[in-house]
Amino acid sequence: MSSTEIQGFVFAALALLVAGALPYFGSDYVLSLGISIAMFTVLATSWALFSGPTHYISLATAAFFGLGTYTTGLGFESLPIWSLIILAGVLGAVLAALVGLATLRLSGVYFVIFTLGLAELIRQVITWGQNMTGQKGLYVLTDLTEAHLYQMLVALAALVFLVGWLIGRSRLGFALRIIGDDETVAAHSGINTAQAKVLLFMVSGAVAAMTGAILAPRYIYIEPSLAFTPLLSFQVVIMALLGGVHRLWGPIVGVIPFTLILETISANFPNQVTLFIGIVFLVIVYFIPRGFAGLIETVRNWSAWREARS
Amino acid sequence: MDIIIIGLLLGGTYALIAMGLNLQYGVARIMNLANGEMLVAGGFTAFWFYTAGNISPLLTIFVVAPVAFAANWLIYRIMLEPLVRRAKSRGQLEVDSILATFGMSFIAVGLMLAFFGGDYFNYSYLSVPVIIMGETYAQNRVVAFASAVVICAILYAWITFSRPGLSLRALAVAPDSARLVGINVRSRAAIAFALGGAITAVGGALISSFLTLDASTGVVFTLKALIIVIMGGVGDVRGTIIAALLLGVVETLVASLIDPGLTLAAAYALFILILLFRPQGLFGRKPT
Amino acid sequence: MMMKRRSALKLGAAAAASLAAPRLALAAETVKIGAVAPKTGPLAGGAVVTQWPNVALWANLVNAAGGLKVDGGQKMVEIIEYDDQTNPGETIKAVQRLATQDNADFIIAPYGTGFNIAAAPLFDRYKYPHLAVSAITDQVEDLASKFNGMFFLLGSTTAFVQGVVDVLKGMQADGTLTGNKVAMVNVADAFGIELAAAAKPLFTAAGFDIVYDSSYPLGTQDLSPVVKAAKAAQPNAFVAWSYPPDTFGLTEQAVIEDLQVEAYYTAVATCFPAFGGRFGAAAEGILGAGGINPDSEKFKAYAKAHMEVTGNAPDGWASATTYASLEVLQQSIETVGLDREAVTEHIRATTFDTVMGDMNFNANNFNEKFWTVGQWQDGVYQGVAETGRQGAKPVRVKQGWA
Repeated sequence: MSSTEIQGFVFAALALLVAGALPYFGSDYVLSLGISIAMFTVLATSWALFSGPTHYISLATAAFFGLGTYTTGLGFESLPIWSLIILAGVLGAVLAALVGLATLRLSGVYFVIFTLGLAELIRQVITWGQNMTGQKGLYVLTDLTEAHLYQMLVALAALVFLVGWLIGRSRLGFALRIIGDDETVAAHSGINTAQAKVLLFMVSGAVAAMTGAILAPRYIYIEPSLAFTPLLSFQVVIMALLGGVHRLWGPIVGVIPFTLILETISANFPNQVTLFIGIVFLVIVYFIPRGFAGLIETVRNWSAWREARS
Repeated sequence: MDIIIIGLLLGGTYALIAMGLNLQYGVARIMNLANGEMLVAGGFTAFWFYTAGNISPLLTIFVVAPVAFAANWLIYRIMLEPLVRRAKSRGQLEVDSILATFGMSFIAVGLMLAFFGGDYFNYSYLSVPVIIMGETYAQNRVVAFASAVVICAILYAWITFSRPGLSLRALAVAPDSARLVGINVRSRAAIAFALGGAITAVGGALISSFLTLDASTGVVFTLKALIIVIMGGVGDVRGTIIAALLLGVVETLVASLIDPGLTLAAAYALFILILLFRPQGLFGRKPT
Repeated sequence: MMMKRRSALKLGAAAAASLAAPRLALAAETVKIGAVAPKTGPLAGGAVVTQWPNVALWANLVNAAGGLKVDGGQKMVEIIEYDDQTNPGETIKAVQRLATQDNADFIIAPYGTGFNIAAAPLFDRYKYPHLAVSAITDQVEDLASKFNGMFFLLGSTTAFVQGVVDVLKGMQADGTLTGNKVAMVNVADAFGIELAAAAKPLFTAAGFDIVYDSSYPLGTQDLSPVVKAAKAAQPNAFVAWSYPPDTFGLTEQAVIEDLQVEAYYTAVATCFPAFGGRFGAAAEGILGAGGINPDSEKFKAYAKAHMEVTGNAPDGWASATTYASLEVLQQSIETVGLDREAVTEHIRATTFDTVMGDMNFNANNFNEKFWTVGQWQDGVYQGVAETGRQGAKPVRVKQGWA
């Protein structure tokens, strides 16, 4: 382990500690913001694990997330929450494996729309199934507090970062970077591109499902249109891209400002939220095209260059 | 039989919705997620003209089309061209345009909310039965379908036989080579984008005569259009029309014979199946 | 005189209400009232008809009269509005923000069943009385026992279905409904599913034969297959547990298909003024969810003020109940002050005089008197079935679509 890596670890551990302790010093309001941030950090980081190196933009996040919420929603009365989270992870991974295998031949925008269609298909089928059985939305009434949910999310985030770091160091990570650069080259150099892609997609699917499982008690009342909302998939993509997907820590620097800006807007301009989100969006696209991670690196390189000159 | 006709009527509507997006995405390479908002804006205009001045949506489209054309041309020139210029690769442009137009769709929804409010809007135009082969259909749908046929036919003929149409096709197939044979890629792309926007807005004006819209419904139409365009094959007018009609018929078949609850599920299942067996869409060319 | 003063103050108050963003808080002299409901997203179309105008109207009238009477003086009302974008996560965040950042004195219940349930634990934690209007469920007992301050004003699922069953039964007894065949469809969303599930056994028990039963997804663009299939089943009555866009869509198709039934019912939005405006003479005789007594003096005054302040007419169902919930809140505050738990207790123990008539809550915090079915009669949406409200009109048979 190099010294910069040790530095990184210490920094990450400290950040984790501070984040995990939030419920003890922040107000309830800060905590509810913290939940949003933790949720999107987990989702965006795991999304970027797959989409960053492969350039496959997945809009299936809502499908996995919804799967997770329904796992908790259906099982919370008979099973403890931790087992449901694990179960959701397994189900998410299985679904991701199926989707991954089915979509190996797709690339670019075809993959994008396929994943979106898949999420909608699942939502429609569940809605229809509910109608058949006469069952309405699910009530998830548990004793878990926001602080519990928040800490579970932070723990999951830590896990995601650890997995991401391990993948980055592994053969799999190396293979993925080559696939991202040129899939043909990767295939010719003996990399099992299909296996690598599907594995990573499974990781991100499992994590999204686990996030859904954790958050179900917060929604209290779940139904397909809430659990499978396509907006979630878009938000995750946008936050991840805003942060930057080429660094493990990229998405988080997108998630935090985005959540805070959104919060400020909806607190101050409740009648123009949509309009303002749109404007912020365009500002990001036109003026921060490489994401905040890119911006930070540019600044860092620039100051290093200045130091070198002086 | 009447199931097929209803399906075709619905499919004609879908063709209108998707045709605009196909031009924007297939030719101008802009994956326009604000497409649905353009449709709703067209619908709003028709609604406004009809309720304020009792002007038929069929006449309104002659106002809507040029205005939408100009607006979309400006949007492309001012907002999207910098992205095209900046993009190093097709993938980069795709991501940028998704983000930019997603932002624009929010702005459009916000503006429409500010001007028109979030209320549902709906009016009654030609909401009378018309009898075709012993079955009754809504006249406004038949009229919208007929208009869709006319617009698609004109567009198809223009793209297939005219010189500017030819250059648009060249642009869809091989943007880099198009430049080599002396096609002004940027101005053509702007025209394709503007034309796409105009068609979408006209579609919205026609659709508003029989669907209930509100300021935030645009995204529903964007999704439908995306699915159709991808299903038919990007950049192919025939593909879009056939995919739209197919989707309309399948949805109606499922709704009538199996269960209306599975209509949308069937639409997505069809879409996913087609992609699984023909990843490039019905009429798409295999990516090289 | 009263009206004059109102309109004179209207401009100022309206401007204050629209500008009353939290950062421009007027001073400690105001009572802060939070409001969370969709201004965007799928439910916005309903909320801008039913919820938001009444919030604005109430604040306007209270302030025009000099404010809320508390602590021996009067305090102006300041409304803090948030758009939840039809997203329960946003609802939760906004309620949290109102409670802890804006220090709202009271919070008006959100819009929609799921949203009220999602917000209930927060209302409970901060001891806000939760006067849920746009929330119809059969879980009232459960929820009220869990969330002490949650009240239900608009009715329950079963009561709504029972209202429709009773109306049809009554028409059979009068001889205006000449058969027992019912075609039933529902929108495949929590609301429609719950109503349809409750309806099946009730219709069967009442001797009706459900000859067509199916659902369609929210957002279905072409409802003609649904209406065609329902027509083919040759029902005597057509019942749709529908949402606003499909209420319009189904009715339009029914007109086109010339669906010959003696009773035609669509649920939400049938009572919207826009519905009557859209279908004109064809709306005559259409049954819908909820109702009002448009002839009561109180309602007339309310409708007039609603028109003057918001520029639109109220709907024929939840508008007035939403306003009544604010009257309940106002009367409680003026009696016991700004102590939230005292207000909750007062609401539970008191009978209020509201625009809907007198209103009180049973052991389950449930308002037992409400309208279940209404009908368009001579261009006016009239209540025709209720559970203890005055002024129900006799039901008419649906006679064609001309």
